[in-house]
Amino acid sequence: MSEQVASESAVSRKASRPPEKRESLYADWVKVHPKAVKGPIRRIKWIALVVFLAIYYLVPWLRWDRGPGAPDQAMLLSMDEGRAYILGLEIWAQEIYYLTGLLVLAALGLFFVTSLFGRIWCGYACPQTVWTDLFLAVERFVEGDRNARIRLDQAPLSLAKLAKRGVKHGIWIVIAVLTGGAWVFYFWDAPTIARELLTGDAGTGLYALIFLFTATTYLLAGWAREQVCTYMCPWPRFQSAMFDEDTLIVTYERWRGEPRGSHKAGAGWEGRGDCVDCNQCVAVCPTGIDIRDGSQLECIGCGLCIDACNAVMAKVGRPANLITFDTQRAQDAIAKGRERPRFQLVRLRTAVYLAIMAFVGIAMLIGLATRSPVEMNALHERNPLFVTLSDGSIRNAYTLRVLNKRLEERELVLALEGLPGAVLTLPGHPARPDGRVALRAKPDEVMTLQAFVKAPRDIVRESQEIRLVLRGEKGQVEAERAAPFKGPPGGPSR
Amino acid sequence: MPTKIEKDALTGIELKGHEWDGIKELNTPLPRWWLYVFYATIVWAAGYMVFYPAVPWLGGHSVGVLGYTARDDLADKLKAQQARRAGGVAKIEAAAPAAILKDQELLKIARRGGEVAFKENCAACHGVGGAGTKGSYPVLADDDWIWGGSVDAIALTIRHGIRSEDPNARASEMPAYGAGLLTPAQIDEVAEFVLSLSGKATSTAAAGKGSITYAEQCAACHGEKGQGNVELGAPKLSDQIWLYGGTKAAIVAQVSKPRQGVMPAFEGRLDETTRKMLAVYVHALGGGQ
Repeated sequence: MSEQVASESAVSRKASRPPEKRESLYADWVKVHPKAVKGPIRRIKWIALVVFLAIYYLVPWLRWDRGPGAPDQAMLLSMDEGRAYILGLEIWAQEIYYLTGLLVLAALGLFFVTSLFGRIWCGYACPQTVWTDLFLAVERFVEGDRNARIRLDQAPLSLAKLAKRGVKHGIWIVIAVLTGGAWVFYFWDAPTIARELLTGDAGTGLYALIFLFTATTYLLAGWAREQVCTYMCPWPRFQSAMFDEDTLIVTYERWRGEPRGSHKAGAGWEGRGDCVDCNQCVAVCPTGIDIRDGSQLECIGCGLCIDACNAVMAKVGRPANLITFDTQRAQDAIAKGRERPRFQLVRLRTAVYLAIMAFVGIAMLIGLATRSPVEMNALHERNPLFVTLSDGSIRNAYTLRVLNKRLEERELVLALEGLPGAVLTLPGHPARPDGRVALRAKPDEVMTLQAFVKAPRDIVRESQEIRLVLRGEKGQVEAERAAPFKGPPGGPSR
Repeated sequence: MPTKIEKDALTGIELKGHEWDGIKELNTPLPRWWLYVFYATIVWAAGYMVFYPAVPWLGGHSVGVLGYTARDDLADKLKAQQARRAGGVAKIEAAAPAAILKDQELLKIARRGGEVAFKENCAACHGVGGAGTKGSYPVLADDDWIWGGSVDAIALTIRHGIRSEDPNARASEMPAYGAGLLTPAQIDEVAEFVLSLSGKATSTAAAGKGSITYAEQCAACHGEKGQGNVELGAPKLSDQIWLYGGTKAAIVAQVSKPRQGVMPAFEGRLDETTRKMLAVYVHALGGGQ
């Protein structure tokens, strides 16, 4: 019954409303032409750009002596060897969780910084921002500032337009190639691979990789630009979860800006806001939004609108920072005429992020400090599961892999435990009188060994477990592995 | 062609001018990027047809200016692969099997190569990893060898086979004692004696009688104490390994009407280097002597 009532009321509501004009919800993309701006924030952004580009281009060329036989690149993610070299740290492929830990730390660090200072990652440090900024600088250099670029876009195709476009895309592609080219230096020895790339000796796969990163740089920084931040990147979608009232965000001081309107020189400021509606904040915005509409998804928090607005405020003689980095709490307080509250560095949110970061960091440090320099894998041979020998005893075969992560040779001793009476033999490695087998593990290498374990028939069950224990020079256990020992069905005979 | 393009009143989108029972179609063209990709594939296809074999006709096909064929491509890749392996293969070629066993690096290469050859040529009968097939094909991973377990003996067996058509193949024949040579009672006693060699006799009296027959008929090849003879391919009878079964019934059957395995010769089928790697691989399965 209630359903019926509801639907009836819906019908009546519909009928009482005037017929709607159907409009498409689709909004076409409008090209953004950010205007050049000068000021302290722009200067910080330039410095950030230079620093981050320098880090990106120079890090692969830093050297770090690891002794003979090991690469001397400070930061190298070697896919061929399955090793990551980060300064004094060497991570093997099977220890990839250390890299995961680093990424977790980086993510938490991002949360932490975001909860304090808003989207400063997006505005200053994100590669998309840095390269877009660089590409925009090139565009501005070749095609002129905002108005010139808008005119050029609308102008009919001419030789001059074609030339400008050609130069711009040419420079973009050069930057993109250099970007993609520098990326591969992180994965192979930089000087070697640079020589190979220049002489054409590098493999086609490498050139394809460079092409891939060139293409993505060119497309993302040259063409997609702010659309990456708005539509492709997941971070803006959930970064608001790190925000609270005490987070620094780019804010328009509505309480003193409104009512806005154009202002004639010499006229008074009574009864009106400080905003002269000059639209400079919109013109300089790299994502093309109006910050006066409040905090929004598209805002990357770069603060260029602050520089633009302050220049205008200085001209009209009003106080600076009509647009400012400030917290919601402070803005609310000032708007209501209260005193500005102190900026809260220590909050539950920041404390929790710090605590989680500390926990992950300590867990990683403990992991790194206690990680074994030797590892062993034991693979039980299944074809055949076991072999009956002439004297009736049962033999199982194993493939052992012994990893020596140290950069020095190790004298290791392998012992069989858990099956008294069984004998361990490794072809090519003579057994010692105590039945253990001495192994010489070469530095930084994986040894593959064949191992046989023989046991008298009367102690062999259908399935049991043995332990292979690898001890170091001082008898300390370096690695231990359990492995199955299989026998004929029916248990011990006779 | 309609002279005036009609627009849909509700959406403002152009109509195509077709009408079916009062239903008109909106003109919603394909996205431009899609269309351009489509045109690009057409251009690509045209180029492809020029450079690569593409058009079939009776009894053949167009060749393409590059002269590419998948068969040549495979041949090139095989050649490249062989060239890549050449270093290791050359080392194996130069070394004697016994020397390979002593050199860890050569052993690694030979075992790798031998494993591949084994899976292709041997595993069908002898099982993956030399596990053997119960009642017909010997286990190669154990320490019992009918025709010798040194690496050279294994190589010889692989080369010429056993009871094969190769004139150099080693062969021996166990007489069928059930066809009148021995009475069923004598065979029974011999079987008891053979079981007694590995401590499994059910009747010591019968085994005692059987020992006389054994000494007369069997000891010449299998040895007085059943120790076997690899020269003649006479299996050891005193151990726990029974190719055709170790029960009394199985032994009686084997004495009465023996089964004898045939191993083909691999000379001519596999080159010497591959056979060498195979011998090393089998030797290293665990039972090599």
